[in-house]
Amino acid sequence: MTEGMMPVFNRHGVLAIFRFEMARFRRTLWQSLVTPVITTSLYFVVFGAAIGSRMGEVDAVPYGAFIVPGLIMLSIFTESLNNASFGIYLPRFTGTIYEVLSAPVSALEIVLAYVGAAATKSVLLGLIILATANVFVPLQIVHPAWMIAFLILTATTFCLFGFIIGIWANGFEQLQFIPMLVITPLTFLGGAFYSIDMLPPAWRTFSLFNPVVYLISGFRWSFYGTSDVGVEVSLAATLGFFLVCLIVVFWVFKTGYRLKS
Amino acid sequence: MPPVISISKLGKTYASGLRALENVDLEIRKGEIFALLGPNGAGKTTLISIVCGIVTPTSGTVLVDGRDIQRDYRVTRSKIGLVPQELHTDMFETAWGTIRFSRGLFGRAPDPAHLERVLRSLSLWDKRHDRIMTLSGGMKRRVLIAKALAHEPEILFLDEPTAGVDVELRRDMWALVRGLRASGVTIILTTHYIDEAEEMADRIGVISKGRLIVVEEKTALMKKLGKKQLTLHLQEPLAQIPAGLSDWRLALKNGGSELEYTFDAGESRVDIASLLRRMGELGIVYKDLNTTQSSLEDIFVSLVSEREPTNSSSPLAGEDRGGGTEAQPKASPHPNLPPQGGKERSA
Repeated sequence: MTEGMMPVFNRHGVLAIFRFEMARFRRTLWQSLVTPVITTSLYFVVFGAAIGSRMGEVDAVPYGAFIVPGLIMLSIFTESLNNASFGIYLPRFTGTIYEVLSAPVSALEIVLAYVGAAATKSVLLGLIILATANVFVPLQIVHPAWMIAFLILTATTFCLFGFIIGIWANGFEQLQFIPMLVITPLTFLGGAFYSIDMLPPAWRTFSLFNPVVYLISGFRWSFYGTSDVGVEVSLAATLGFFLVCLIVVFWVFKTGYRLKS
Repeated sequence: MPPVISISKLGKTYASGLRALENVDLEIRKGEIFALLGPNGAGKTTLISIVCGIVTPTSGTVLVDGRDIQRDYRVTRSKIGLVPQELHTDMFETAWGTIRFSRGLFGRAPDPAHLERVLRSLSLWDKRHDRIMTLSGGMKRRVLIAKALAHEPEILFLDEPTAGVDVELRRDMWALVRGLRASGVTIILTTHYIDEAEEMADRIGVISKGRLIVVEEKTALMKKLGKKQLTLHLQEPLAQIPAGLSDWRLALKNGGSELEYTFDAGESRVDIASLLRRMGELGIVYKDLNTTQSSLEDIFVSLVSEREPTNSSSPLAGEDRGGGTEAQPKASPHPNLPPQGGKERSA
C-alpha cells in the first residue's frame, strides 16, 4: 500500500468496527432489544395501569405518562453502559483486541466507532420504548427537538462511561458492578418514578447530589415542560458528565491503561 | 537496499519489572523470510508486538520502511499483517465477515475479489459462510492468516504459525509462506519448530532472555556453528588410537570398534581423505562409515544453553556478558555442540 492510500481519517476502519458492533446487536436482538422492551412494558403495566390508575397527577401529568421519561432514561442508562462496556470488554477478554490495536486507527476513531455503535443501539432502544409507551399511556412531547437532543447526549455520555467501564473491568462481575450497584439505585432514587418535590425537604436536598436527577429532570422537561431542576442546570450537568467521560477516555488512550502493556 | 524494518536499541520493561527486551538491534531485509528463534519467554512475542503497535516500547526506535512506528503509525501499521500465536478471533462471526472486517479496519476499501482469492488460497472458500466456532483448529488458524492478508500487507508477522497444527497443514502453510515471499511479501516468523526455520528461513535470529544473541544467514550459521562427525566401523577393534593418527581429533567408541572423528562443518573434506589414506597406510581397515551433521536445533540449543542465567541481581541474570546486542557468531566451533540427533547421511 502506498502512503498516499492511507487517509487522515480511517473511515473504512471506523465503519468496520461500527458494522461489526451492529452485527453483534443483530445477533443478540433478544437480549439487546426485546428484553428491555418487555421489561419496560411490565413497568407500564404495573406502575402505569395497575398502580398509576389509583394515583393522582404529578405536576399536572397523569402518573402513567409521568414515568415514561424516567423509564426511558433507566433503559438508556443501563443499556448504554452494557452495550459499550461489552463492546470493548469482549475483544479484551477474547484477545481479539490485538487486531484493533495493531490497525491504523486512532484513539478518536476507535472511540467514535465503539461508542457510536453503542449509542446508536441505545437511541434506537429509547425510541422503541417510547413507541411502546405510547401504546399504554397517552403521550405528549412539548419539545421534541430537545427530547432527541437529550436522548442522544445522554446515550452518548453513558456509552462513553460504559466504554471506560469496559476498559477498567477485569472480569464480568466488575463489568456488572457499576450498572447494577450504582446506576440502577441512583436512577430509582433520581426521580424516575416520582418528582423530587414529593420528598421531604431534607431528602429533596440530599437528592440534588444525585447526578441522575438532572438527567431525568431535563429529559422530562422536554416531554411536559416541567422539571425538578432548571433545564439549563440539567443540560450543564449532562454536558459536564460527557466532558468528564471524554477526558477519562483521552487519558486511557494516552496512557494505554489496560489496553497496552 | 534499505531495510524494510529497522530496530534500534529497543528495550521493554513491563510494569512488573520484567525486562523482556534489552537493547535489541535488528534489520529485516525486504522480501526475506526471517526466523526468530528463542525459548519460551525469550521476548519473541514482545518484539513482534512492539513492531505491530500492540506493546509500547520502553526505549529505542522501530522504523518500518523508514517511518517511525509511533509517529507514523497509520502508514507503518497499514503495511503490516499479524498472525498471532493464540487463536484470537470472534467465534460467532463467519470467515467472510471477519476478513471483511479486517480489511476495513486497516483502512482498505472493500475488495471482494481479493478476499475471495485469499480464502481460496487457504482452502477456506467453501467455509466462508460458516461460523468460526464451527471450524477445526487448523481452519481457525487459516482464518487468522486470511485476516492478516486481507489488507494486502507488505510485511507479515507469523507468531508460531504452525503451533499445534497437523503435518499436512504445516506443509500447506510452508507453501503459502513461500508463495507470499515470491510475491514480494517480507515474512518474519517465530517458531519453536527449528526444522521449520531450517526449511524456510533465509536468515535466522536467536533471542534469549530479551537479547538478540545471533543474527546470521541460515547457511552461514550452520556452516560456522555446525559440527560434523564421521564414524568409522572398524573391521578389528583398536585398544587405543595409534600415534600416527594424532593429527586428527579422534575418539574410540563402542569398545574400540568405532573410530569417531569430529570436525567443523566448514572444514575441508581433504582432511577426511587424508585421514582415510593414513588409516590405510597403518593397516586399519573399516567395514562401514557414516556421517552426522549438527541440525539447526543443535546449534540453537547450544547457543541458548550458553546463555543460561548465572548468579546476578539483574532481571536478565546471566545476560550481561559482552553487552553487545547482535552478538557475532563465534569463530570457533562450540565445544559442547552435540551432533546427536542431527541429519544423518550414509557415506
